[in-house]
Amino acid sequence: MSLFNILDISGTGMHTQTVRLNTVASNMANVDSISSNADETYRSKQPVFQTILDQRTGEPKGGVRIKEIVESQAPLKMEYAPNHPMANEEGYIYRPNVNVVEEMANMMSASKTYETNVEVLNTSKQLLLRTIQLGK
Amino acid sequence: MSNSIFGIHEQALHVRKDRSEVLANNLANADTPNFKARDIDFRKAIHEAQGMEDRRFKPDMQRTNSRHLEGFAEMTTSDHLRYRMPTQPSLDGNTVETHIEKAKFAENAMQYQATLEFIDSRIKGISGALKGQ
Repeated sequence: MSLFNILDISGTGMHTQTVRLNTVASNMANVDSISSNADETYRSKQPVFQTILDQRTGEPKGGVRIKEIVESQAPLKMEYAPNHPMANEEGYIYRPNVNVVEEMANMMSASKTYETNVEVLNTSKQLLLRTIQLGK
Repeated sequence: MSNSIFGIHEQALHVRKDRSEVLANNLANADTPNFKARDIDFRKAIHEAQGMEDRRFKPDMQRTNSRHLEGFAEMTTSDHLRYRMPTQPSLDGNTVETHIEKAKFAENAMQYQATLEFIDSRIKGISGALKGQ
């Protein structure tokens, strides 16, 4: 039993949402990274979350962590641009499979969840401080 | 011993602290696939804690030597964890509804403060009596 366990839980929540925001930033920055073949083209990265289980009891009580970061399997956008310097023999260039609208929604969701975790952290901090000051 | 001073509020504080952890965990896992939101049944948890009273400090441990210390156990609330019924289904199997969890967390924070208030006034009352004020 730790009195300050709750701060760790909110901490892990904030951490995972930061990673999610980072992947969104990476995807958005690379939205125009074109390439001349499919293998080298940037693919949208997405984090997968996993709940942390308590070592001792196996209860899901320890917050959340990043299980892995996967690359989107959505088809790459092929564009016929024979005059483009990066075009291959058939005259095609490859664009990343980043869906900008999806990424924006992802960003908003991540920042909302981050805010929620900050709120929880602040409230818990105040409660714990009051607990420490009992009887004063 | 301490039970007689603070009454039910000591256990109540414990349950409320555990509940705040469970709710914070729900909120942290708001985007985790297949995570199921949970909550502590406060009424049942506190009811059992009341029944345990002194027993919770003395679990059934045999002392085979007079020099052995008495067993000391922590109260546990994990038996009273229940899964929350979601109002709307989601594709990824996650049952956390952030607005509901937030409301429950705020509610629990208020109740925690109320419990602190009770304990605090009890301490103040006793220290006042000791000082003869």
